[in-house]
Amino acid sequence: MNLHEFQGKELFRAAGIPVPPGEVARSADDAATIADRLGYPVVVKAQVLIGGRGKAGGVKVVKNRDEVLREAGRILGMDIRGHVVRQVLITPATDIEKEFYAGIVLDRKFETPLLMVSPSGGVDIEEVARMAPEKILRVHLDGRGLPAYRARAAARFLDPRFPVQKQIVPILTRLAALYHDQDASLAEINPLVVSPKGEVWALDAKVVIDDNALDRHADLAGMRDLGAEDPGEVEAREKGLSYVRLDGTIGCVVNGAGLAMATMDLIQYHGGKPANFLDIGGSSNPDKVTAAMNILTRDARVRAVLFNIFGGITRCDDVARGLLTALDRIGMKLPIVIRLTGTNEQEAREILSGRGMTALSDMDEAVRAVIARAAEAA
Amino acid sequence: MSILIDRSSRVLVQGITGRDGSFHAKQMRDYGTRVVAGVTPGKGGTDVDGIPVFDSVEEAVQKTKADVSVIYVPASLAQDAIYEATDAEVPLVVCITEGIPARDMIEIAAYLNGRSTRLIGPNCPGLISPGQCKVGIMPGFIHAPGRIGLVSRSGTLTYEVVWQLTRAKMGQSTCIGIGGDPIIGTRFTDALALFEGDDKTDAVVLIGEIGGADEEEAAALIESTMTKPVVAFIAGQTAPPGKRMGHAGAIVSGGSGTAQEKIARFERAGVPVAKVPSDIPRLVQAALERGRPKLRVVAGGAGGAAAARKKAAPKKRAVSRPVAKPAAKRGATKKGTGARPAAKRRAKPARAKSRH
Repeated sequence: MNLHEFQGKELFRAAGIPVPPGEVARSADDAATIADRLGYPVVVKAQVLIGGRGKAGGVKVVKNRDEVLREAGRILGMDIRGHVVRQVLITPATDIEKEFYAGIVLDRKFETPLLMVSPSGGVDIEEVARMAPEKILRVHLDGRGLPAYRARAAARFLDPRFPVQKQIVPILTRLAALYHDQDASLAEINPLVVSPKGEVWALDAKVVIDDNALDRHADLAGMRDLGAEDPGEVEAREKGLSYVRLDGTIGCVVNGAGLAMATMDLIQYHGGKPANFLDIGGSSNPDKVTAAMNILTRDARVRAVLFNIFGGITRCDDVARGLLTALDRIGMKLPIVIRLTGTNEQEAREILSGRGMTALSDMDEAVRAVIARAAEAA
Repeated sequence: MSILIDRSSRVLVQGITGRDGSFHAKQMRDYGTRVVAGVTPGKGGTDVDGIPVFDSVEEAVQKTKADVSVIYVPASLAQDAIYEATDAEVPLVVCITEGIPARDMIEIAAYLNGRSTRLIGPNCPGLISPGQCKVGIMPGFIHAPGRIGLVSRSGTLTYEVVWQLTRAKMGQSTCIGIGGDPIIGTRFTDALALFEGDDKTDAVVLIGEIGGADEEEAAALIESTMTKPVVAFIAGQTAPPGKRMGHAGAIVSGGSGTAQEKIARFERAGVPVAKVPSDIPRLVQAALERGRPKLRVVAGGAGGAAAARKKAAPKKRAVSRPVAKPAAKRGATKKGTGARPAAKRRAKPARAKSRH
């Protein structure tokens, strides 16, 4: 689960990482009220769950009330790569002498968290890694977390001045503790700045929480911004499905994540465009199938739907019955192609043909059929 | 023969009185697996369909000599279940459970380091040596005994491929689902090394997907040490970046972990990559006829593999990629697996470097 900048900063503040004051506004008037209170100049920052907002014009420094009203009004409602801005963070503008990067990610290969710091902050760390890899220091965090001596080494890598290092060390150890305690999969400060007075501040916060750990973080689970997510993805999660919206015309309902990905790929391979990834899991539960169909039918671009089910422990005849129950419930109008194979395939075929439906058993054949149906329906 | 499990394996089921545990315990037994015990704290002394239930893994192992444990407990209890089986020194632990927090797995990975237990999973379908032993949730009937090894990060996609192999008269020695999480016990490289050392496996099918760099590691290992042909398939070519595709580990992040990168890396290693799943049997057949003449560096054990990986590192490095760690992650020489020598799990010099 991705957190907004202001939510990440709340976590930072609670962990003792120095963050400038700031408040969130949902209207230009509120933004101006907050800015008046904080004192000018302030920065108006779009709160969206996607990177690149600065380049898109979603971050502006303003000097007075008129400018706040104008810029907050412009940024609120703005579309940044498909994400509509509904909130802006108002925070005092900070003078910057130096910008660093500090971030912790999960290193899958080493099976530990990995702290990366770089004196080249304020830009994409992937970019730094490509252009100047020597400017990144990597520190693997083992069971000890981040011992102070290693934090000191990282601080020395960032800045030669001891008074600055002394401020960076606790920021890094607290960031490491936060990453661990909050079950983060990413905790990033970019930029971590030094002001002309020599003070160190975290000017941005990017925190991602491990979805699998949300059960033990009720406070964080409550931070989920449902308005910022695709409604289909929200509904799917509530129903225990895994759904990702894509931009094609062929809806697919598949059991199993790997098979669902392979189905999308196969649609593209045969010249079609998948409208989604959707994994209904191993069950034949009509409720899940109904929820899946509801999500797909709400997507106006979907022209035809492919069911691709490998019946293993879940029997094909059960899946067929679940499908018919679901179709009766929602009165589906879209053309459907069904592919069933595995346990009790024959019985499933008979159940479906009793209702005038055909089930194919070959995956390539089914994909070609659904592409043809989608083309007819377009 | 087969790798890791065979008809002599004695299986215990952790969480046997739960819905999934009891169902699959019976399914496994019906397949012919010797399911000798179950464990559910507080239910010791009872039985599930004649399978004796114990309060602890330690007691179950003592009384039944179980040497494989399969875990069907909820995610919140899974870490403890893995610890319990590890401390009881069960040689092979298979964790089916999905949804374990990454932090729990980080701790498990560190704990397993240097211990004798091999973990498969979590978030996996388990493994099967067709005709002999099934440990997991896969449908048994789609498999047939034979000489093709299979290793996969997926569940139903694996069944799909197995079913196609079986219908093409290509039986399997062992099929392993290693799981769809970012941190897993046995990786592609470990499984490949085991298949390489198994004289009843002629070729290996590897089914990967987006996310992480385990496929790239596998390609480097194949390039440097494998004499048997490998055929690959990678799912997720149409997956958008930054979106998790069902599996916790299936995500393209920071521009790395794409299907395209993985496919290109396999092709560079001389591994045929199927464009569609239905192509796999044909490619396996062709690879078997052709053999694998491409071996460039013949080296046993981890040193050779690690050296080869360095050489073969993809050009555009992802940020989070540290220096290589040895391929054979955990003791690959568990009794009777016929694998190459165990390597130290972590590359100590590399770690020291990152500490500078």
